[in-house]
Amino acid sequence: MDPKFIQGVLYLVFIIFLTFILYGYIIHLYRSEKKGEKDYEKYGKLALDDELTSKPVEGIEEENKKESK
Amino acid sequence: MQNPAIEYDYTVAKWFSYLAILFGIIGMGVGVWIAFELAFPELNYVAGEYTLFSRLRPLHTNAVAFGFTLSGIFATWYYVGQRVLKVSMAESKFLMAVGKLHFWLYFITILLAVVTLLTRYTTSKEYAQLEWPIDILVVIWWVLWGISIFGLIGIRREKTLYISLWYYIATFLGVAMLYLFNNMEVPTYFVAGMGDIMHSVSMYAGTNDAMVQWWYGHNAVAFVFTVPIIAMIYYYLPKESGQPVYSYKLSLLSFWGLMFVYLWAGGHHLIYSTVPDWMQTMGSVFSVILILPSWGSALNMLLTMKGEWGQLKENPLIKFMVLASTFYMLSTLEGPIQSIKSVNALAHFTDWIPGHVHDGTLGWVGFMIIAAIMHMAPRFYKREIYSKKLLEMQFWLQTTGIVLYFSSMWIAGITQGMMWRAVDQYGNLAYSFIDTVTVLHPYYTLRGIGGLFYFIGLFMWAYNFYKTMTAAKQIEKEPAFATPMAG
Repeated sequence: MDPKFIQGVLYLVFIIFLTFILYGYIIHLYRSEKKGEKDYEKYGKLALDDELTSKPVEGIEEENKKESK
Repeated sequence: MQNPAIEYDYTVAKWFSYLAILFGIIGMGVGVWIAFELAFPELNYVAGEYTLFSRLRPLHTNAVAFGFTLSGIFATWYYVGQRVLKVSMAESKFLMAVGKLHFWLYFITILLAVVTLLTRYTTSKEYAQLEWPIDILVVIWWVLWGISIFGLIGIRREKTLYISLWYYIATFLGVAMLYLFNNMEVPTYFVAGMGDIMHSVSMYAGTNDAMVQWWYGHNAVAFVFTVPIIAMIYYYLPKESGQPVYSYKLSLLSFWGLMFVYLWAGGHHLIYSTVPDWMQTMGSVFSVILILPSWGSALNMLLTMKGEWGQLKENPLIKFMVLASTFYMLSTLEGPIQSIKSVNALAHFTDWIPGHVHDGTLGWVGFMIIAAIMHMAPRFYKREIYSKKLLEMQFWLQTTGIVLYFSSMWIAGITQGMMWRAVDQYGNLAYSFIDTVTVLHPYYTLRGIGGLFYFIGLFMWAYNFYKTMTAAKQIEKEPAFATPMAG
């Protein structure tokens, strides 16, 4: 078979695969937000509320406590 | 909870800010000089070999990319890193020592770069001219920066890493990989036992060398001029405007898009050269796809200002940042257009290319670093910005400078490309090289004037920063959002 043809087919398969990954990631982001597993938009506050005395959006200490329970 | 007596420690951020101003002035001063050399060649001989274009051009590119821009990146890292992780450098003596050592080794390296480039030590690889002993120094302080990043992350209070940190981490990893592979070189003295101890040759040869070089060269643009600047704008624009980023999900998507696509686009520097045709095509295709993640970030920034556009009128720092993201959109559309094979046939080797580079670097990189440092200055010194008027004047002068720069280079580049390929009815070239030089002279002069405007703006910036540090009105507490400025 013409190697150029194989190259072309592989290229197409690769593009479709990457498109699938890209859309998969978008769906993953929106779905996990819809299911209530994640709230990505709250991380926007990380830049705004950034005093040393501010309460962390997700504190390391709180997370550790949750895990130990 | 944490000890309320602890405050963020901006020592290292301040030091790097001083260097950004210093190397901005040196690097762009040299840039303006060589721009005028192209218009008035006698300027080449003002100080013997030391003012030759060939000697000064690498000095310009190295000083602005690795002096000005890197200083800006480090200054903002040592500021943003602490704030979004909610941990102070004062809490770790080790990290403070690492930060200071990073600063001093970096400063020495860039000074050595200036001296060695002026005294003709160069590997002759574009943007990788520094010789092997300096390369080793670079690796040492780059590792120190990595220790600082991951060390601070290690002692953080905030679990989630804000999107800016993703970009800083990507900068660290990306440059580390690119720098090591492209600077694989053999110091000839240790092999031959003779010659100059500073001299080295690349481990790659011919086409392979070109491919590695432009994989590096283009990604130096990615990981020095793009990725860390996005890190900055994702922090400073929301913070200055008081608006959270428009879509955090879009920022994540753009991040992964950019990371994946950028690394494949370097082949567009080698279109119509000896590299395999499929690689040239791949370079073109990935460059065009690159529009998506680039515009994703830029639009996310512009949409962050949704409903708050009044701030654009009131706040010069918002002006700088909004124009920065607009210039980012312009240059990330222009670059892909230039990488299309048929356009590249006209554009390659012409002045359209430096035109493109400069609307990105002056408009996007320069404006973002200027805005970031002026946002930080009142927080560093607990004083308001010395003069809003001066900042406004700087903005308009530099914007005019950029417009003069890229518009003259667009006209010059396309004219040049058309003249080079013009043939008469018998297929003979219609113009000789000197014909193009004569035609381009006014545009070269205009470019020099544009650069000069931007350069004068840098002094306004330096003066405003200095007066903010020493003489501006004191403020009682750190401003939460918009930076206070005196009329």
